[in-house]
Amino acid sequence: MSANAPILALRGVNKSFGPIDVLHDINLEVRAGEVLCLLGDNGAGKSTLIRILSGVHQPTSGTIEMDGQSVGFPTPRAAADKGIATVHQFGGTFPLMSIGRSFFVGVEPTKGWGPFKTYDRKKANEIAVKAVQDFGITRIDDGDRLVGGLSGGERQSLAIARAVHFGARVLILDEPTAALGVKQAAHVLRIVNEAKRRGLAVIFITHQVMHAMAVGDHFAVLIRGAVAADFKKGEKTREQITDLMAGGETMADLEATIEGYMASHDGHPPPPSH
Amino acid sequence: MMASFAPFLRRPEAASIISLIGIVAFYVIIGGVDLVTLFGAASWINFAANLGIVAIPVGILMIGGQIDISIGAMIPAGSMTVAIVSGHFGLPIEVGILATLSLGAIVGLVNGLLTVRTTVPSLIVTLGTLVVMQGVVLAGANLLTGAASVKIEAPAWAKAAFGSLIGSSHQVIILWWLVAVVVFAFVIHKTRFGNWVFAMGGDLVSARNAGVPTARLTIMLFMLSAMSAAFVGMCGAIQFNSAQVSGGMGYIFNTIVSIVVGGVLLTGGFGSVVGIFIGTLTFAIVSQGIYFTQIDRNWSSLIIGVTLLLAVAMNESFRKFALRAGPRQATGRR
Ligand SMILES: Nc1ncnc2c1ncn2[C@@H]1O[C@H](COP(=O)(O)OP(=O)(O)OP(=O)(O)O)[C@@H](O)[C@H]1O
Ligand SMILES: [Mg+2]
Repeated sequence: MSANAPILALRGVNKSFGPIDVLHDINLEVRAGEVLCLLGDNGAGKSTLIRILSGVHQPTSGTIEMDGQSVGFPTPRAAADKGIATVHQFGGTFPLMSIGRSFFVGVEPTKGWGPFKTYDRKKANEIAVKAVQDFGITRIDDGDRLVGGLSGGERQSLAIARAVHFGARVLILDEPTAALGVKQAAHVLRIVNEAKRRGLAVIFITHQVMHAMAVGDHFAVLIRGAVAADFKKGEKTREQITDLMAGGETMADLEATIEGYMASHDGHPPPPSH
Repeated sequence: MMASFAPFLRRPEAASIISLIGIVAFYVIIGGVDLVTLFGAASWINFAANLGIVAIPVGILMIGGQIDISIGAMIPAGSMTVAIVSGHFGLPIEVGILATLSLGAIVGLVNGLLTVRTTVPSLIVTLGTLVVMQGVVLAGANLLTGAASVKIEAPAWAKAAFGSLIGSSHQVIILWWLVAVVVFAFVIHKTRFGNWVFAMGGDLVSARNAGVPTARLTIMLFMLSAMSAAFVGMCGAIQFNSAQVSGGMGYIFNTIVSIVVGGVLLTGGFGSVVGIFIGTLTFAIVSQGIYFTQIDRNWSSLIIGVTLLLAVAMNESFRKFALRAGPRQATGRR
């Protein structure tokens, strides 16, 4: 098992929806124990890219490789079966179910036999609580609590712990910190680091450069559907990354434009461009 | 005090229990009803049992994120089927029962298939089958028997099982209802299958991605609700020795009120079988118990409406409470 071999790779992937080209010639790799940060402005194609990786969309052309073998993910289920876990912004799913029950949806532990095989609540709660606590979330100690009653960060952590417990190899996080305050975000970033330490490959989407820099080993910036920059930790400064994300225009340029506009329009800011 | 009360309030059926106690207290205090008379009376219990057998599967369907209003036509369809097959044509009752349940299974299958194969909401799908089945029952009865009312004389065993009275006034269907409550409470709250229903109602796509066979499960639940409605219709025909083409529409409104009072979330993912049971009892007492009070029965709709609104408000706040606090914090132990 070479540490350098990518688990998952995109080779020349294009995606269009009818006449709209959303992704152009994407080449990316993720490795075990590495966090790939996917950066880019709104509409750059980040979500589309991870939907291809998680089986929601199919690439129009190009290939996906897993452990060097070309693979297809016809459904989200197929991607999940191959160890690709996607955690959505609010940690997903089932807010009105208990922690134990939601953790085991589809793979519930049972006890007894035949028609009297019952859901093993105690076992489910124990395993679920232990899985989250192993990630350092010791405040979760009761598997009967409803998922919707957890904080945003705790819910993310639960979802990540669940993915790891069920053997995910690639963890995809679409803006997990977007709706969170500073403390909660720090929480999630710690969990991401823990997942990485356990040898998962993580794809982390964010708009916040600080969050990306806190966990990222590798960075890819998408601009209008193409990989505009691909670099490693420490190769670029925070300002350079911010400028890249703004679509090549530097922040200083943007500020100058806005100030110039406001000066000539009685102090009104320019209307949004889209 | 709060410590022992908090876990209770977090249960889906908490509000329905309070509603039930509240309405009985209201009828006793304001209506001057005698509790012994009320609880000894069969009328509202019979009403509750007929309603309850339909409300349980429809409520489970609602927990799973769907709704079925075609039950309004499936009740007369069930009584007509058994009456035409075994009454008008004189075939053995077993054939009539089989035909009735098969009809339920087929309509449920159609409801389920249309719901999972299209993006049409199940409210509209089952509105369609409701109207279609009404037409089928009317035209079918007319075509086959030339009448809107068909007689049926069931043999003794079938009469005993589906249409007899226990004591002198309690319908045997009450027993079927209680069995259904126990069986479904077990299945929904103690098995994997039950967990899938909650997951499906909470988030259909995530449940499917987690490996829950959502399409099959949805179809099964629709079949169950249509078959239950046909069963209730069949029991009525055997009980009263005749079937009518009309009736059943009231069940649509009554089941939904009972289910929602019982704490099931209209949008799915939350609820309990015990809650549906108690919601049905509450609704039956509100609507039928009024005859035992000195309250003018014209007020009954008003009382039903107020009960519904209060129950919904309570459900809402208890659900928030359940979400907000874990048992540990709520009991004050940090
Ligand atoms: N199903 C679709 N059909 C047509 N166009 C689509 C579809 N999905 C996405 N797009 C388009 O593709 C582009 C990229 O969208 P995407 O959601 O991937 O961006 P994003 O980088 O995730 O943006 P954000 O940061 O706002 O989440 C957008 O212009 C969007 O309108
Ligand atoms: Mg996005």
